[in-house]
Amino acid sequence: MKETVRIGWGSAYADDNLDPAEDLAQFGRLDALCFDALAERTLALAQIRRRHDPLQGYDLRLDEFGRRFLPYAAQGLKLVTNMGAANPMAAAHRLSQIAQEMGLGTVRIAAVTGDDVTDAILALDPLLDENGRALSQMPGKPVCANAYIGAEPLVQALNQGADVVVGGRIADPSLGLAVLRHGFGWSDTDWNRLGQGIVVGHVLECGTHVTGGNFADPPYRVVPHLDRLGMPLAEVKGDGSAIIGKLDSSGGMVTTETVKAQLVYEIHNPAQYFTPDVTADFCGVEVLPIGPDRVMVVGGRGTARPQTLKVLVGIDEGWHAEAEISFAGPGAYERARLSQQILLQRVEHYDRQDVAEVRCDLIGINAIFGPASPQPASFPEDVRVRLAAHTWHQDTAERLTREVEWQYFGPSGGGGVRRRVTPRLAMYSTRIDAQAVRPRVAFIG
Amino acid sequence: MRVSLREVAYTRSGDKSDTSNVGVVPYRPDDLAWLERELTVDRVREAFSGLVVGDIRRYVLPGIHALNFVMEHALGGGVSRSLNLDAHGKSWGNLMLSMEVEAPQGWSPAWPEVSAHD
Repeated sequence: MKETVRIGWGSAYADDNLDPAEDLAQFGRLDALCFDALAERTLALAQIRRRHDPLQGYDLRLDEFGRRFLPYAAQGLKLVTNMGAANPMAAAHRLSQIAQEMGLGTVRIAAVTGDDVTDAILALDPLLDENGRALSQMPGKPVCANAYIGAEPLVQALNQGADVVVGGRIADPSLGLAVLRHGFGWSDTDWNRLGQGIVVGHVLECGTHVTGGNFADPPYRVVPHLDRLGMPLAEVKGDGSAIIGKLDSSGGMVTTETVKAQLVYEIHNPAQYFTPDVTADFCGVEVLPIGPDRVMVVGGRGTARPQTLKVLVGIDEGWHAEAEISFAGPGAYERARLSQQILLQRVEHYDRQDVAEVRCDLIGINAIFGPASPQPASFPEDVRVRLAAHTWHQDTAERLTREVEWQYFGPSGGGGVRRRVTPRLAMYSTRIDAQAVRPRVAFIG
Repeated sequence: MRVSLREVAYTRSGDKSDTSNVGVVPYRPDDLAWLERELTVDRVREAFSGLVVGDIRRYVLPGIHALNFVMEHALGGGVSRSLNLDAHGKSWGNLMLSMEVEAPQGWSPAWPEVSAHD
């Protein structure tokens, strides 16, 4: 067993920058580098790509990932990722092909499958958490359903000698937990260690969120060198205690504040953070400054894992229309208000069966907080009108964006129209009996 | 003494489907005690009136001296369905920071010290 496991985090979502990850691979003296690539909608979009081409459906950066990081895997760095998205098997085969092309044929690549529960969910027709309606009663067509799966299959793959493990909807912090379970031989019912392992994974899983990203608020919070923000790493001991840090060469900072900010990110009841591996308890977690850019995280605990797994269901719900036009100079606010009124009057003439929802905002005034917006001291002379709608038909969405374009001929000086129509792939959550989900490991080659 | 929450604490907002959570972490751990009295669910509901439609629950993380507000039906349907320009509600924590709280007599801000770095 190792005394210390060094984990780096290379990606926090599907479009993340891989440059800082390569710095970590090169200079971090790491045992493993984890890449999380999946947000709520990412996997459903990947499912659509797979439908168009059965060999696709994995992360769009996979080739870049392979070329940049397989050479490190050949030197002993474990790569653990959910970049397989909707097609982990195809992703593993593609990585194997890249490894062969690069003369790295000895790298052992494993795929983890089994998170795709589309058929099971369609048969079960469960109630959706968001609205309590049965899936079959929803107006849109279900596209896919994926269960969040945990560390167990990754641990099996690593224990069997995998250098690279690529899966689909593996829960973000479970990627890190798998590395720790492999490194320290923690059992899958050692709840307190698993809970602390999830805490470590949670602190790392959003990448730059713990190294100074999404944190600066000058003059209250100043972060150095945000222009070259780096990704985090953790030095973890066998009891799960971890020192969170970063490379000296990267910008940003790791402080007790940045770590605490990430600890509270996307958690609900801190005593019961449900994961596929363990119900983690964040209440006793403490953060202690150890040195410059070094913060210790201890005190995570856990209880038995839930009997059910969270499932994300993607439903095709038509289209999103979005368009904007700007007004600037004296009277900008009044002209933007006039444009807003005209647009809302014109939308009245549309079929409200087709236009399911519509809103018209003034960007710079109250677009984000709406009725909760604090009253401004004065109105800016640079205001943007934004129309957004959910429609069931694409041509309706297109026409609604044209309405904004026609505001070139509304109040004086309207300019800078941008229009966008995108498919509305709506995500809903439900649960499935954990026993009904059987993750599998397959070695390639 | 009325002060902006921004003088006392920092926040981070996250989204899971249509549920938003805003973690509130005072710069000084000792400030949690009076912040708990000031930053009630009722006051937060008022600050997010018209934006958050569902229930709001508050949790305490004693080990890091933080509060966590979990707000349901808070994101216009969530990132994949919301028509809000900020569909994730990334800025909900910043709206929280615009709230005013009553600080104890003699209280002074801590942030210039803690933000000194590098």
